[in-house]
Amino acid sequence: MTTPLRSVNPVSPTAAPVVGNPLGSLAVGARGIVKVFGVGDARTQALKGADFEASEGELHLIVGPSGCGKTTLLSVLAGTLSSDQGEVNLFGTRLTGLSASEVTRFRCRHIGFIFQQFNLIPTLSLVENVSVPLLLNGAGRRDAEAKAAERLRQVGLAGRERQLPTQLSGGQQQRVAIARALVHEPRLVICDEPTSALDSMTGHQIMELLSTAAKAPGRCVLIVTHDPRIYGYADRISVMEDGRVTHVHAGASLSSYIHSENRS
Amino acid sequence: MFLLALKMLLGDRAKYWMLVGGLAFSSLLMTQQYSVFQGLMSWTTSHMRNMRASIWVVESRVEQVNESKAMRDTDLNRVRSVEGVDFAVPLFQGVLKARTADGSDKMIQMIGLHSGTLYGRPPRMIEGDIAQLRLPNSVVIDTLAMEGTRLGSGMGRPLRVGDVFEINDREARVVGICQTERHFFGYPYVFSSYDQALQYSPRQRKMLSMILVEPKPGWDTAEVAQRIMKETGLRAFTVPQLEASTIRWVWNNTGIPISFLTTIILGFVVGVAVCGQTFYSFVLENLRNLGALKAMGASNGLLAGMLLFQAMIVGLIGFGMGIGLTAFFGLTVAQSGQPPFKADAAFVFQSLAAVLVICALAALFGIRRVAKLEPAIVFRG
Repeated sequence: MTTPLRSVNPVSPTAAPVVGNPLGSLAVGARGIVKVFGVGDARTQALKGADFEASEGELHLIVGPSGCGKTTLLSVLAGTLSSDQGEVNLFGTRLTGLSASEVTRFRCRHIGFIFQQFNLIPTLSLVENVSVPLLLNGAGRRDAEAKAAERLRQVGLAGRERQLPTQLSGGQQQRVAIARALVHEPRLVICDEPTSALDSMTGHQIMELLSTAAKAPGRCVLIVTHDPRIYGYADRISVMEDGRVTHVHAGASLSSYIHSENRS
Repeated sequence: MFLLALKMLLGDRAKYWMLVGGLAFSSLLMTQQYSVFQGLMSWTTSHMRNMRASIWVVESRVEQVNESKAMRDTDLNRVRSVEGVDFAVPLFQGVLKARTADGSDKMIQMIGLHSGTLYGRPPRMIEGDIAQLRLPNSVVIDTLAMEGTRLGSGMGRPLRVGDVFEINDREARVVGICQTERHFFGYPYVFSSYDQALQYSPRQRKMLSMILVEPKPGWDTAEVAQRIMKETGLRAFTVPQLEASTIRWVWNNTGIPISFLTTIILGFVVGVAVCGQTFYSFVLENLRNLGALKAMGASNGLLAGMLLFQAMIVGLIGFGMGIGLTAFFGLTVAQSGQPPFKADAAFVFQSLAAVLVICALAALFGIRRVAKLEPAIVFRG
């Protein structure tokens, strides 16, 4: 039996994306998400009616064993993959009711992305990489680069604006990716294994930045991870198994879960 | 975003230069080959610019200006009697042998002009007076004939006014030097009076090669030509008609156009193959970056525009380099006069359009791939 989601604000499928949550705290809500890949013998059901929710101001981890559907769920929540069944609501906007171009516009305006392999464009300078979300939102080049330079300064990369990503270490590249994800002030930040390619110390520095970002008003940070070293930064952890969210840990339950995971 | 798209491409030096190089080669092949072909066509019709006349009357089976089937002398009077003809004069044209100072034989393009009017005279005299053609044994030669390797052979210097050589054992004294356009056969032009040309040429039953006609003032040239054909049974061409007929003859009777056309088409195909493959491989290598852009909210339309922009920019740069190389080739051959080369502004624009089509096709492969790309690709390891 699925747990009922907290209230969301369904909108008409044809309506333009409007962000606004009347209850003020629910950022992401998903109910009964089903996603199937392939056909015939190759058919794989990655998500089997997954339910999920996350609140504003929250740093929420999605964890679970390999192949449990974490990344697929994250892709569906981010609107980069359509689900076969179920409903996704982001900040009161029913994502599943929007057209493909409306979803693209929604992502452009309200979602920031941090990828496992950073996905910085190697031939563009740091400031150009960071300014991409602003340019996609229609900003002028000068304004975008000024804001991007400011974001780079905030992540500790002042003075390196004109360098190329290949001139940086992995941790520095991930800082650039964070700057890029936050530069257009998105309400939802989606992170896919942001620390798995980094050493422990750099991973903690990155999590500090993300943790601070999650505290911004009206923002939610979702992280898919395998890395138990970062569980301590979570406000809530959703555990997935076999295509479903099986447990959600918060408060005291969260502490005991982290303790048990670190011990094992 | 378009500026960033350009930087993405310029940053990949190997691909960028391969694209530009492929397009430059393709442009060079298309424009250079077409210009040489145009030059050849220009050579085939150079008679018409070296002997200017409004209407060219020839034997009824003649199809082009370089062909000569002699007519009866009486045909001249028949043409003169056609209404609308102001005057009509005989013209001799034939390839003869000239003997130079060192005793070697050189082929010449002999032109015999009507001595009364000198109608059909070369467009520009460099030295001497064309009117002196009326003197016995006098000829006007072109600058090609002057050369030491041509009629000046054995002189140790170019032929000059006052020098003498032989045409079919008859003396030919140079009374002038003229400027002509080079002919397809490459023989130097030697002008004389019509009667003198008949003496230089081996005697045959019929010697009249062509009749040059000037219509009366106010008469339509094409209409007069039509009247001549109708009333004499001979063939009469206006200048554009003769030019078109000559080029058509070359198309129908020689392999020259097919050979050039094949190379031009190959240039286009090589451009599509090299550019298409290189650009597609550039797109494949950047698929994760393009997927990331798509995830961040770049629409298919924007990404397609970016790819098209990248392709068009390399197209313009490659075309610029190709046309530059063609111009360099043209300037280089202009010194020696061969191979023939005639640039054509219209074809430059057509080649540019062809190169942009190549680029659009190359971009299309990438655009199709990107359109099908799921932004979720960036979450896969």
